[in-house]
Amino acid sequence: MEQPEINKKEVAISIKNLSKSFGGLNILKDINLEVYKGENVALLGKSGSGKSVLIKLIAALLKPTNGEITVLGQNVNQINNVELNKLRLKIGFSFQSSALYDSMNIYENLAFPLKMNVKNLSTNDVKLAVEEALTEVGLIDKIKQMPSDLSGGQRKRIGIARTLIMKPEIMLYDEPTSGLDPITSQEINNLIIDVQKKYKTSAIIITHDLTCARNTGNRTAVLIEGKILKAGTFDEVFDSENEQIKSFYNYNFIQ
Amino acid sequence: MNSNYLISKNIDDYFIGINNAFKFVRKFFKELFKPPFYIKEIVIQTYEIGVKSLLLITLTGFIVGIVFTKQSRPSLEEFGATSWLPSLIGIAVVRALGPLVTALICAGKVGSSIGAEIGSMKVTEQIEAMEVSAINPFKYLVVTRVIASTIAIPILAMYCSFVGLIGSYINIHSMEATSILVFYKRAFSSLTFLDIITSIVKCVSYGFTIGIVGSYKGFNASQGTRGVGKAANTAVVVAMFLIFLEEMLIVQVANWFRI
Repeated sequence: MEQPEINKKEVAISIKNLSKSFGGLNILKDINLEVYKGENVALLGKSGSGKSVLIKLIAALLKPTNGEITVLGQNVNQINNVELNKLRLKIGFSFQSSALYDSMNIYENLAFPLKMNVKNLSTNDVKLAVEEALTEVGLIDKIKQMPSDLSGGQRKRIGIARTLIMKPEIMLYDEPTSGLDPITSQEINNLIIDVQKKYKTSAIIITHDLTCARNTGNRTAVLIEGKILKAGTFDEVFDSENEQIKSFYNYNFIQ
Repeated sequence: MNSNYLISKNIDDYFIGINNAFKFVRKFFKELFKPPFYIKEIVIQTYEIGVKSLLLITLTGFIVGIVFTKQSRPSLEEFGATSWLPSLIGIAVVRALGPLVTALICAGKVGSSIGAEIGSMKVTEQIEAMEVSAINPFKYLVVTRVIASTIAIPILAMYCSFVGLIGSYINIHSMEATSILVFYKRAFSSLTFLDIITSIVKCVSYGFTIGIVGSYKGFNASQGTRGVGKAANTAVVVAMFLIFLEEMLIVQVANWFRI
């Protein structure tokens, strides 16, 4: 299998001493993590461990209590709104719920970010871009359907297609396989790998699914109770003697 | 938890809520004059609010006109003053009933719809999806809807007054065979420029209130589908309360000008 090109000299996402609290409750504690260009990092952790909060902080949807996050060389909390929006165009965010716009059909869902952000695009240009993104995820036949007509797996793929339309450099996946059957999960995993290779994206994949982490991540980090306990290859993390990590793995196997 | 703590927390929450609502209104005016202006979305929303409320406003306005005329006739008959009916109806419908009935119906229909739509977008992460796509959701969802309701509701209120007067005319005509020209001449003879201006100001204010309250409640929805229902419900209740408050204030101010 063709391996993705990972440039370990260039950091795409850098997280330093990051903490986040909500009303006195510490969700993330002193997080440090680097994602290299072209690399997929799978972030494993139980529900409520702060994984989704972490990627929302990276996309500047939330503000950190302490620490700094640098994406493509820009500190997301120190740039103004115009610069932040320019940066966000390079970030693709795949939501756990897919977050497709209910009132729009699939074509409109995909065309919406493009029309809003790229000036002077002809209708034909938009149509071609939408068709290309839908072909990429294998759902071109759903172009006229409404999100409510799709299955969970199809919605996830459309959600990814919507991010691909802006040709992102960074991908953030929030629980891409949650609630899906093993076959559909594997399709999503393959799609994540295809996106990494074709678009040369750097990604953080938030998941509690060990198979997803093993298949999609070039590196794996384990986040438990707001702290990254270990980061490395999947096997290195899997072989860890840390009791909390072991108990997380055992829990997953039992599940 | 003791009762003192609960009382203190509720008072805190109440004032924090008011503060947040003022911040939301301030943000609206800050965003209002900044590009992009999403004109197409404003037109779509104005159409949604205006055209889709038309049937309801027509029926209600017509019935209000008939009922108000029927109720007023016996009192005027006692003084032999039924010829004043058109003037009385004109003043009542244009000054108060048209704007108020429209506002209350739209608070129920439009306010709840805005609250539920934005609320469901909030709880299903669609608003965050807009934000990460470099689209300002406040500008795209809130500003457009508030402008649309501020434009559509005054037009609906004028239409409601017009239909109310038709209802009233039909009732009067069935009793006295008055011509429509005479009816409208008498109905408008007692109205002043101040009455018309006051009505327009009221409707603009109601439209803004319905739009901003619905948007605020939707934008701050939480707790999943339960939160969406709550947002829609409180949007209606708060908008109706504010509409009555504004009615009272604007009428009072207008009366100072009358003197």
